[in-house]
Amino acid sequence: MTPAGLIPVIIAGSLFIWFAQMIPVIGGGDTLRYVWEWVPSLGVNVSIYIDGLSLTFALLITGIGALVMLYSARYLAGHVHQARFSLYLTSFMLAMIGLVISDNLLALFVFWELTTITSYLLIGFSHDTVKARRSALQALMMTGVGGLALLAGIILIGTTAGTFEMSEINAMDGVLKDSVMYLPIVLLVLAGAFTKSAQMPFHFWLPNAMAAPTPVSAYLHSATMVKAGVYLMARTHPSLAGTDFWLWTLTVFGAITMVFASVMALRQTDLKLALAYTTLMALGALTLLLGNESGYTITAAATFLVVHSLYKAALFLVVGILDAQTGTRDANSLFGLARALPITATAAAIAAFSMAGFPPFLGFIGKELKYAGAIAVASEPIFVAGAVLISSALMVTIAGIVSFRPFWSKSGTPIPNVKEAPWPMLVGPVVLAILGAFFGIFPETLATTLVNPTVAAIIGNAEDAKELQLWAGVNLPLFLSIATFVLGFTLYFYKQKLREILIGMTTRGPSFDNGWDKLMAGIASGSKALTRMIQTGVLYHYMVVTFGTALVVLAVTLWFRSTGIPAMGVPQVELWDWLVFVLVLLGAILTLVTNSRITAIAGLGVVGIGMAMIFILYSAPDVAITQLLVETLVVVLFAAAALKLPHLTPEPLRKRWLDALIAIGLGVVTTVILLKVTTGPIDRELTTFFETASWPEAFGQNIVNVILVDFRALDTFGEIAVVLIAAISIFALLKAKPEEEEQ
Amino acid sequence: MNSVILIAGARLQAVLLLVFSAYMLLRGHNAPGGGFIGGLIAATGFVVYAIACGTADARKALRFDPGSIAGAGLGIALFAGLMAALWGDALFTGQWLFIGETEDDKGIPLSTVLIFDIGVYLVVLGAILSIAFSLEEAV
Repeated sequence: MTPAGLIPVIIAGSLFIWFAQMIPVIGGGDTLRYVWEWVPSLGVNVSIYIDGLSLTFALLITGIGALVMLYSARYLAGHVHQARFSLYLTSFMLAMIGLVISDNLLALFVFWELTTITSYLLIGFSHDTVKARRSALQALMMTGVGGLALLAGIILIGTTAGTFEMSEINAMDGVLKDSVMYLPIVLLVLAGAFTKSAQMPFHFWLPNAMAAPTPVSAYLHSATMVKAGVYLMARTHPSLAGTDFWLWTLTVFGAITMVFASVMALRQTDLKLALAYTTLMALGALTLLLGNESGYTITAAATFLVVHSLYKAALFLVVGILDAQTGTRDANSLFGLARALPITATAAAIAAFSMAGFPPFLGFIGKELKYAGAIAVASEPIFVAGAVLISSALMVTIAGIVSFRPFWSKSGTPIPNVKEAPWPMLVGPVVLAILGAFFGIFPETLATTLVNPTVAAIIGNAEDAKELQLWAGVNLPLFLSIATFVLGFTLYFYKQKLREILIGMTTRGPSFDNGWDKLMAGIASGSKALTRMIQTGVLYHYMVVTFGTALVVLAVTLWFRSTGIPAMGVPQVELWDWLVFVLVLLGAILTLVTNSRITAIAGLGVVGIGMAMIFILYSAPDVAITQLLVETLVVVLFAAAALKLPHLTPEPLRKRWLDALIAIGLGVVTTVILLKVTTGPIDRELTTFFETASWPEAFGQNIVNVILVDFRALDTFGEIAVVLIAAISIFALLKAKPEEEEQ
Repeated sequence: MNSVILIAGARLQAVLLLVFSAYMLLRGHNAPGGGFIGGLIAATGFVVYAIACGTADARKALRFDPGSIAGAGLGIALFAGLMAALWGDALFTGQWLFIGETEDDKGIPLSTVLIFDIGVYLVVLGAILSIAFSLEEAV
């Protein structure tokens, strides 16, 4: 194995051990919290908070992570971009860990977005296929939009509660629930959670994300990242749950997702896609369970979270082995491979038993608890229990399709010459499957270490956690379990017929995926149309809009903010002033009436020089010199261009009434503003400071220059940076070849 | 443009304007002038030279690419601002050294402020010439 494959395994493994040694502390009912200030002015801390919920997630992330990374070290061995893959996967893992151990919501958001970005990179890992690129972008957009909503929600939470530390917010009883902002907060947070955890109707990106290599699907899109939404709902549960709105929203969305996904799973012939839809089903179930506050439902959620991660990651890895060893994942061409792949087949069988919920596997306990939880839900027990029944029965069927048929079915001939997978690819499925069986037989080991602390983290105390047990006596959940098996087996035998019906139904119905394409195309053409409307490419239009806007804004502000007409005293006007005035006036008139470009520019130059003279008359030599030099340069530069351009053919003056209106209007408004400024009291505090401090503190007698290079040096630095940027832009414009632009 | 008088005049004028620009730059702290004005004057000299003798000659006379001059200027200005850190002061705080200082006379004043102004001078010069030359070459 190469270092690129091995290093991530070591990182993940060490982190797993590090988290595992916290089990005694957390299992004992304690929580750990470390805080470092990061941006104190914004209330952003690096704060780590580890309770049962965080630890369960962290252990799943690092534990499954280590196994998946070992698996991919072999799965991708020899791939050109193996190192890149390892980097992405490790970055993802670290982001995910950060997400579940951050106490600060803003830090949580940063990690949330990091998982989105790394997920984008991983889905698009095979970037030379169109499908992978499209799927990656779709996942990025969906979860990105949700992320923005979440950010808004977090800011609302922070401003409502006065802190961004989730542990503190959860400790303040009802601070969010009683606030007027409760509804917006819940809506925004759930928008983030539902997109990330792929609830209907935001679900379609998840099956598409299966374009990623199989280890990625096993890790991100079943065991960890998609559960981030679930994590968020669990984390905010103490502060947000307990209202009818929360209960009904989560119940309805969760139930619909659960049933829809399990039916869709049956439709698939691609084993990986079938598993993807069962993941959707699990996410729906978790959402549904988190809607409630009773001990049963939350215990069920915490248990099912672990159960699902174990068996689903195992099954994904099994499908990856099937794919790698036979070259296909099509349910209709894989039969009787148990002889060729004995270890894989055994692992698949154990994982599938857990998925189907057979005793004595952990899945059975998970399912029993789900039923008990469903009966205990506050909203509609019958509706919820029915939904759980349908989806659980379908899980039995899918488990058969994914792990019974490919290995044990005799209804087709096995693909010849299939070899068992190498050991690094077997460790993952075998360990995960055995864990599922182990926790099923010894449920109290899981309960005391992870489930009870998780329940305590969500609903406040561990006493409410229900016992995990294989035999809970003859009760309603047991009957429902039996009904599940009967229904599941029946469906299994009619699967072919059912699939045909489903395919017929889904091809006729509306497709979310097509809707997405239409939405994207609509946004693109919409912005194109808008751009064409705003950016005409005609300089004249830009000038009219710019100056017209300036006129309207200034005039309106002036009208509403200022009263009275400025006092117009008769100023002391010297002969020099009159000469300059006439000069400027003549320059302006010349510019207006000439039809030679050179003359027009020279006329403008005259106006500019007149301005410079005014500066001199009022003793501002620096400004005057600058003005003079700039005018000179502008005239020279324009002249260089204007010489090569044809004569102007201006519209007759009577057709330019709009230009005249804007020009005269701006002139009048500016004049009024200037008059008002000069007649009002002027605050000379800054001027006085500069005058007194310039020589003693900055050793300069030219205040203008001292301000530029000393008092306001940072501003000047910004300005010269802008000068440089402007020069580069103009340079690029001039050097760009028009024919290149059209291509 | 091909005018012997203009070419001869432009050459002389360019030299004079360059010297004058340096003078304006250095006196700026106590009298009208400074980096902006100095840079503008120097740029005027080169622009006139470019019109008279062509941009190829002007570029040769300048020796460095105007874009690089502007970039270097920005770097120098930033460097001058960062130097304040050596004395433990805030960014862009002016630092002074008076060589041969006596009771009545400050001697020769050297400062990071002057270095900053030289940076400004170079940015203005480089930016304007970069625009002017490529404009000349484009038409």
